Amino acid sequence: MIDDTVRVAERIDLLTAETSEGEQGLQSRASTSSGQLRREVGAVLRLDGKTLDPSSIDYEVRDDETMIINMGPAHPSTHGVLRLMLELDGEFVLRTKPVVGYLHTGMEKTGEELSYVQGGTNVTRMDYLSPVINELSYSMAVEKLLGIEVPERAVWIRMLMSELNRVCSHLVWMATNGMDLGASSMMIYGLRERELILAFFEKTAGLRMNLNYVRPGGVAADLADGWQDDVTVICDTIHDRTFDYDQLLTGQPLFRQRMVGVAPITAEEALALGLTGPLLRSTGVPWDLRRTMPYLAYDQVDFDVIVGTYGDNFDRYAIRLNEIRESIRIVRQCIEKMPSGDYRSQDPKVTPPPRARIGESMEALIHHFKLFTEGFQVPEGEVYSAVESPRGELGCYLVADGGAKPYRIHVRAPSFVNLQAIPLLMRGGTVSDAITVISTVDPVMGEVDR
Amino acid sequence: MALEDLQHNFLTGRIEDLVRWARRASVWPASFGLACCAIEMMATGGADFDIARFGMEVFRNSPRQADLMIVAGRVSQKMAPVLRQVYDQMMEPKWVISMGVCASTGGLFNNYAIVQGVDQIVPVDVYAPGCPPSPETLMHAILTLHETIRTGDILKRRDEGRPLHLAHDQSSWTPEVPVAVRVGTPK
Amino acid sequence: MIALPPLAPPGVLTSDGHDAAICCFPTKQQYVALVDAFKNDGFEMCVDLCGVDYLEFPTRQLPSGVTPTRFEVVVNLLSLSRRERVRIRVQAGDDEPEVDTLFDVYPGTEALEREAFDMFGVLFTNHPDLTRILMPEEWEGHPLRKDYGSGRIPVQFKQTPGPR
Ligand code: SF4
Repeated sequence: MIDDTVRVAERIDLLTAETSEGEQGLQSRASTSSGQLRREVGAVLRLDGKTLDPSSIDYEVRDDETMIINMGPAHPSTHGVLRLMLELDGEFVLRTKPVVGYLHTGMEKTGEELSYVQGGTNVTRMDYLSPVINELSYSMAVEKLLGIEVPERAVWIRMLMSELNRVCSHLVWMATNGMDLGASSMMIYGLRERELILAFFEKTAGLRMNLNYVRPGGVAADLADGWQDDVTVICDTIHDRTFDYDQLLTGQPLFRQRMVGVAPITAEEALALGLTGPLLRSTGVPWDLRRTMPYLAYDQVDFDVIVGTYGDNFDRYAIRLNEIRESIRIVRQCIEKMPSGDYRSQDPKVTPPPRARIGESMEALIHHFKLFTEGFQVPEGEVYSAVESPRGELGCYLVADGGAKPYRIHVRAPSFVNLQAIPLLMRGGTVSDAITVISTVDPVMGEVDR
Repeated sequence: MALEDLQHNFLTGRIEDLVRWARRASVWPASFGLACCAIEMMATGGADFDIARFGMEVFRNSPRQADLMIVAGRVSQKMAPVLRQVYDQMMEPKWVISMGVCASTGGLFNNYAIVQGVDQIVPVDVYAPGCPPSPETLMHAILTLHETIRTGDILKRRDEGRPLHLAHDQSSWTPEVPVAVRVGTPK
Repeated sequence: MIALPPLAPPGVLTSDGHDAAICCFPTKQQYVALVDAFKNDGFEMCVDLCGVDYLEFPTRQLPSGVTPTRFEVVVNLLSLSRRERVRIRVQAGDDEPEVDTLFDVYPGTEALEREAFDMFGVLFTNHPDLTRILMPEEWEGHPLRKDYGSGRIPVQFKQTPGPR
């Protein structure tokens, strides 16, 4: 009998060793330095000047009174492959540590091997819920280095597509958030509405996801004929249905109990942690790059920046729901104001000759061939370009050495930085609140790990 | 007992056929979403594509209750041991669909971080191509799998060896007999 | 172009950033003091921190007076109240790159510094938890260094039909 117990314990150790990440995980209190402990319980953020508030540290908790449990990386509500290690005192969470990297794809390394023309295919797969916005940030960085202007129509098409993409991304968020809280019908509704937009994407760019549609110099293809009608139908349908969501979730007592007042964060903490997007706006800071540092033509459209007050789960939910409505408002204005003209820059350096000319002229053929095999050269320099993705500030830092491939491409992923808020938000809450916290922080693991 | 005395209709068949038919009609997938492909897998479960038509809408979160692992997305070096462990925890009979080019071959990401083909870790039955495979492709893969189950061998066990092309390679880390199964059922 | 913050350490070289309002090149000793001065000057947020390995591109343009080293740490600061960006590029060293951590100034750089350590091996002195973040714990080497191969496996097409 004893033999068996020992053997089972050994096997469990063996099993844990296979997937353990050692130092990266949460350690027992005995083997954690006080500085580290202070950070993990979020005390550094409550530093007022340089004095420490001792009440926010539970030094007195002993290791044998708490339990460290592991959540993920294959867990239904961690939105992909996030792994959290939680220190629990009964039902309450004391310390949390996210362990990431389970989806590390080496995209920054691969990006150094692809030419600027091919780079879009790579970045679009980072944040797979908002591919257009990823491409946009990358293309804007390349354009800044090249110093080329994008034609008016391309700017508006980009804006139209990125707003549709934002709606799409928030819908998936609504769906999975509903799922996490047990509102499975929201899951079905969210995905149903998303299909409308995906059908439009497929019509325009040829793919449902990972479009590679926005490219340096413009967009890959013009909008299909009759796009106005398609988009109008999308806008009308989704706008109407957001009110269904209101009925289903917003006023629903069970839903409110899990969201209102749960896991609040203050503006100071959010700023110190570098949070952006709905997380920052929920604390009342009206920071939306589309408004505060306008890119594309966001200064020519009318929309509201949604801000919250309390920084709790419910604020984050309300912000996302209302951003769907605001985005639809922008899309409607895009339909009205869409200028005519070229959909990509006519600069022969970045733009291949039109298909029709390739058949006629040898030069056009050579040009086309060269552009897609060698790519174009980008002058030396380094640039950082930021756009507002559904999750926050998405930045692209590009270093060019004068060749046809980026020397270094770094993406500032909003989810990666936002993930640092999780230990703070979860502290003191229950395990069931932990689920809602992960959900409302909305990390996309593809972007976290790149 | 003569057949005339029976009060009900009855059906005869070979036991293999009945088992195959039953297995085919209720394959429960484990939700093992990794990356972009997982979103398409969710879409397949959504209202428009409705995977429930094939008796497969029950995405189990516990590997113990699942028969089919749909590896949806790129498998990184860090994820590989986890994936193998989840596979080991699934009960026989079990099947694997490798969804997307990343899971099948590494795809666009031919680099240090990604396992170049999930078949190096677990045996794969059906590969669904595409980046991401559209829900139609995934459903085709699923129907292909159903066909394999319908015509396959009911007693075949997959865990008797490592993936075929690794069978002679002793240096590979894949354990001979999956550790996880032994923990669950101590002798 | 905006001016340096009043409390900035003397002798910080600056240049016009390509897109940020200003780009500073402090030495390793001036680095944290400069970031601190910027923070007191109204740059509330550190949006980005990353490493760059200039092994194959040593001829990059730098203001005269800055000695290029192989590794560089690039920090992007953002002022919400003034709507400005500032970039700080610090030369981190050649063989064993090491700079002080920004954790005490901006706690939000914690994960970003861990990433730079994981990918480039840049050491951040006094960082509370300098462990790998993206790669598995027992991984060897720092993948984004230029002398680290990409790990590409040549693609083989098996059983392709011969010439017809
Ligand atoms: S195959 Fe394409 S869609 Fe699927 S995980 Fe890989 S990159 Fe993403």
